[in-house]
Amino acid sequence: MSDLEQFRSELRSWLEANCPEEMRQPARSEDDVFWGGRNPTFQNDAQKAWFEACVEKGYTVPDWPTEYGGAGLNAAELKVFRQEMNRINARPPLSSFGIWMLGPALLHFGTHEQKERFLTEIARGEIRWCQGYSEPGSGSDLVSLQTFGEDKGDHWVVNGQKIWTSYADHADWIFCLVRTDKSDKYRGITFMLYDMESEGVSTKPIKLISGRSPFCETFFDDVKVPKSYGENIPAQVGEVNRGWDVAKYLLGHERAMISGQSGGERTGSLGAALARNDMIENDLMRAEIAMFDIDALAFAAMAEKFADEIKVGKCHPAQPNMMKYAGTELNKAKHELVMTAGGSAALEWESDASKDGKHARDWLRTKANSIEGGTSEVMLNVISKRILELPGG
Amino acid sequence: MAMYYNDDQTMLSDTAGTFMSEEGAIAKQLRHWRDRDCPDGFGHALWKQFAEMGFTGMLVSEEDGGLGMGHVEAGIVLEEIGRNLTPSPFLTSSVMAASALGQGSAEMRGRWLPGLISGDSVFAVAVDEGPKHRPQNIACRAEKSGNGFKLSGKKTFVIQGASADMMVVAARTSGADDDNDGLTLFAVPKDASGVDQDPVRLVDSSMASHVTFDGVELDGDAVIGEVDGGRDILNAMLNAGRVGAAAEGVGVARGAMDITVDYLKQRKQFGTIIGEFQALQHRAAHLYSEVEIARAAVLKAQQKLDEGSENIDLFVSVAKAKVAKTASLSVKEGVQMHGGIGMTDEYDIGLFMKRDRALQEFCGDLYYHAGRVAELSGY
Repeated sequence: MSDLEQFRSELRSWLEANCPEEMRQPARSEDDVFWGGRNPTFQNDAQKAWFEACVEKGYTVPDWPTEYGGAGLNAAELKVFRQEMNRINARPPLSSFGIWMLGPALLHFGTHEQKERFLTEIARGEIRWCQGYSEPGSGSDLVSLQTFGEDKGDHWVVNGQKIWTSYADHADWIFCLVRTDKSDKYRGITFMLYDMESEGVSTKPIKLISGRSPFCETFFDDVKVPKSYGENIPAQVGEVNRGWDVAKYLLGHERAMISGQSGGERTGSLGAALARNDMIENDLMRAEIAMFDIDALAFAAMAEKFADEIKVGKCHPAQPNMMKYAGTELNKAKHELVMTAGGSAALEWESDASKDGKHARDWLRTKANSIEGGTSEVMLNVISKRILELPGG
Repeated sequence: MAMYYNDDQTMLSDTAGTFMSEEGAIAKQLRHWRDRDCPDGFGHALWKQFAEMGFTGMLVSEEDGGLGMGHVEAGIVLEEIGRNLTPSPFLTSSVMAASALGQGSAEMRGRWLPGLISGDSVFAVAVDEGPKHRPQNIACRAEKSGNGFKLSGKKTFVIQGASADMMVVAARTSGADDDNDGLTLFAVPKDASGVDQDPVRLVDSSMASHVTFDGVELDGDAVIGEVDGGRDILNAMLNAGRVGAAAEGVGVARGAMDITVDYLKQRKQFGTIIGEFQALQHRAAHLYSEVEIARAAVLKAQQKLDEGSENIDLFVSVAKAKVAKTASLSVKEGVQMHGGIGMTDEYDIGLFMKRDRALQEFCGDLYYHAGRVAELSGY
């Protein structure tokens, strides 16, 4: 048996013993997702047991180094890990912007001491992070952001407003883009880390067309941010005034992550799922669904190829933009079809039968897919400039 | 299997790319033969060069003198063929006929494969019987006659049929026209009596025959595989053809996209390079995205074929259908973005549009494969 097959076999036994039955089905709603944090709320004992077992093995962040709370899996092992998790439909034990966003930034730009502290906290689900990027006047043109941190020697004083801060009202800490030099647009932004309990921080949820509010407006009113949290633990990631480099790096990750949600090995045939519930009304709808399935199954192959290529550095650095564009457009198209196939039942907004309008709310939520993390139009701009090398702008 | 080329495949891609862009270039092959009204629609000298490059016998097993490579490798060559619109017998001879012959007896393989590998022989495949691809319905019949068979019926869209030394013919040896069983594949030699070829030039300047078999007498050793057991061999041959046509289609899509993007960087109107216009940039970027996805779908299907997976039909149809959508988009956008000169024969973009149209139809169009995707997914 090869080392990899040995790993698979051991992992299978471990999952068998440690992943509770209740955790072997996809999350039915937002409530099924565990986010960690200072005051964690577990939905049930199974969720708690599954989370704790994974923390013990480093499986909340399987590919992070063991010294920072991960399991240190290499690329091949990680692929096996995902396959085995998918095989039994295991839920992610922990979801967090720390894992998806801050972690990769720290792994790439952080000091050893920063990693030791923050990565370990993330891996163990102790601190829940939120992301402070967009501002009311800085959406697609993010680099124009105005939230300002005034240098006061051993600390900054931050004033300004962020928008679209996901779960800011539940977050413990924020990683935030703050202007620290008004004279340089690109080299005047610092990637700061600070506590959401700091005096002067307030949040206000934003209600979306889906009726839900994962997003917040976040206000900073004379927030005092210390420049250091201990020896070799600066409050910023990367250099002061070089936060744009970190932000750009992370946007790549975010785009890959968003695109991955609608692709990957889990993508099955939409038509097959609808047909099981007798939801394909006639041949014209059947044809349209088949046309969608062709795109979806082809994109699943693309997602797998992209994941393989990115691990070995074989893909174009701007390729995540293409994945984000195609993946989000596809997901929107999918939910249009799901709504159509569902008929009037899918219109129900408040009923037990519709799980309080799951179809309708999910459909509306997908409309943000091609806006958040860079709009489709910005993605197309990037592809045309950086990959096709078309002139201008 | 990781979804990118290994070192050998990367090297093959470089070699095939250089070879095809030099020896197989549009001016040197497609336009050259077209402008001379060549009855073959391709050059035999180039086919010999394919042999010297080791392409002709790529899919033939090593014990039969070939290279024993897979569909990923054949697809690499086909993608370059597509990019350069290189006319050759590669898809029908080295991919499809080779796939069927590989299931034949030692005598059969010994009779035909050496000529293929050396580039001396050209093979054709005769499956379709009407203007659309309906392999589930085969009316062409081969009746038992003495120790052999008598073949009668009509085939159409037989690419390079009149140039072929041998045709792989799907015929019914028992049952009704739409039965799954009762098919047999025959290797029908060029000189068999009673074969009538009516060659026609197609929109892409390739040649295809309407073939009539009028009581063609065949020995028992013309049977590929088992009598009445041809369905599986036919399906495998068609799947090889579909994935091969998809790979070539990706090449056509890329070739059309590349020259279009180049054109956007050169053409000036309103005092500016038109590639600066966002309306065109976004269309080009969308096209790029679709071409990348189509490529991935094709690579997936090639890998599935090479692994011998059981559920390959779905991957094959997804690949062929996705490429059908994408290559069509690429050539249409290409002509439109070229503007008026895109309509001229002098510019190559129109040649891509023509080739795509022929490839769309080969081994099943978008709607055929969309239907299969639905059926194979249970709806």
